Amino acid sequence: MLIKFYSSTIGKKVVVALTGIVLLLFVIGHMAGNLKAFGGYDDKGVHKLDSYAIFLRDFASDVLGHSGFLWTMRAVLLVCLLVHVFTVIQLQRINSSGRGSRYAVVNPSSATVASRTMFIGGLVLLAYTVYHILHMTVGVVHFGGFVEGRVYANVYRAFTLSYVTFIYVAAMGFLGLHTYHGVWSLFQTLGLNTPDRHFVFINLARLLAVVLFFGFISVPLAVYFNLLPPPNVAAGVAG
Amino acid sequence: MKITLNVWRQRDASSEGSFETHQLDDVSPDMSFLEMLDVLNRRLEAEGKVPVAFESDCREGICGVCSLMISGQAHGPESGTTTCQLHMRSFKDGDTIFVEPWRAKAFPVIRDLVTDRSSLDRVIQCGGYVSVNTGSVPEANSVQVAKENADKAMDAAACIGCGACVAACPNGSAMLFTAAKLAHLSLLPQGKPEHERRIKRMVEGMDAQGFGACTNHGECQEACPKLISIEFIAKMNRDYIKASLLPEHTSSELLKAQ
Repeated sequence: MLIKFYSSTIGKKVVVALTGIVLLLFVIGHMAGNLKAFGGYDDKGVHKLDSYAIFLRDFASDVLGHSGFLWTMRAVLLVCLLVHVFTVIQLQRINSSGRGSRYAVVNPSSATVASRTMFIGGLVLLAYTVYHILHMTVGVVHFGGFVEGRVYANVYRAFTLSYVTFIYVAAMGFLGLHTYHGVWSLFQTLGLNTPDRHFVFINLARLLAVVLFFGFISVPLAVYFNLLPPPNVAAGVAG
Repeated sequence: MKITLNVWRQRDASSEGSFETHQLDDVSPDMSFLEMLDVLNRRLEAEGKVPVAFESDCREGICGVCSLMISGQAHGPESGTTTCQLHMRSFKDGDTIFVEPWRAKAFPVIRDLVTDRSSLDRVIQCGGYVSVNTGSVPEANSVQVAKENADKAMDAAACIGCGACVAACPNGSAMLFTAAKLAHLSLLPQGKPEHERRIKRMVEGMDAQGFGACTNHGECQEACPKLISIEFIAKMNRDYIKASLLPEHTSSELLKAQ
């Protein structure tokens, strides 16, 4: 039954929508967590962002062990991301073959920049995600003295570089567009959209796109324009 | 009016097509778009050339035969009209107009501007009908239909199957067509018994014809000459999820009772 459902175009779209919801919820949480960068240092000289990282590693450690929660989340997200991307690539093949030959003159009436860049923008976001993990989690492309666990220091040193700030802000532009069309689309795809609810869903999509875009770019831009204090090198503990 | 017309000419499905430019100097603003093409064809015939092949039948916007992608817009720039109801006053004197056939994998070009849209008929053949015995006309008020459902079913039933939704969709998707055909049956009592079986078969049939999937651009509802809303696509998605993942109930029981 599930295999038959997944083999249909509507079934595939539903899978993309459901995995999209998981990724969206993660992205909202990630953005909220990032705002700890504005939290400053506590009495012991540990930055709020660093203690938040320790909290994530310790969360539910009595059940899942040290970092157990973090790795569970990473596994869930990786599976959702892979299913999301794999299914979209299948749909994209069906869609581009469905069009057949191209029109000489194209005059879109309602398609937006966001709706037309879902696939390309999604690939950009995928590439950015790989870069971001190598940059801020693994640290191999950090090039600014990456120290594991010293999150605030790593963030601060990263965004003093212009090209890094540019990449992050540009990628968040794509995230905003992807969120705007994706959030509205998921309600339509899951069949929850009706004429009376359209106003709510389209504005929820707009709100989430704007909040995510500005929430995410606030940290890189604040560092780049010297609005945040430099990291306290002497104090702080490694997670 | 003076109009520069770039018309797509293509001998058959296997040939390469190209645009042919014609200068029309005495177009009346009161002509319909198809009458303007009639004038062009009369001239081509007089010159001993092959006229442009295009489809038309009722010329009053109800048969769904006329098509034409006019400067990138299915059925031209006017909202809620078919090509036959489009008048030349919708264009400006001196305009250059590009006329192309519907382009979709499931709509192969037969000649010039004529496409084979029988793929839509094959979607209907998958279940877009009522096959159970619904009896003769019931006593008035004995089968009650909510006003809202009656209105929605009529909105969906306005579909004339012209294929503008497929033509306008960047993915060549027939979801608006299929959703409208499903909705006008499933909202009424006669269509309800077979609803679950119908939706599964028609969605499968739609996919099998080589149409693309929906990416929610909304181009189809803008192009639709009958202004059918993508709310029916949301309804189709909702009903398809239910019919595929929940155990069948209404249809099998009611069909057994037949």
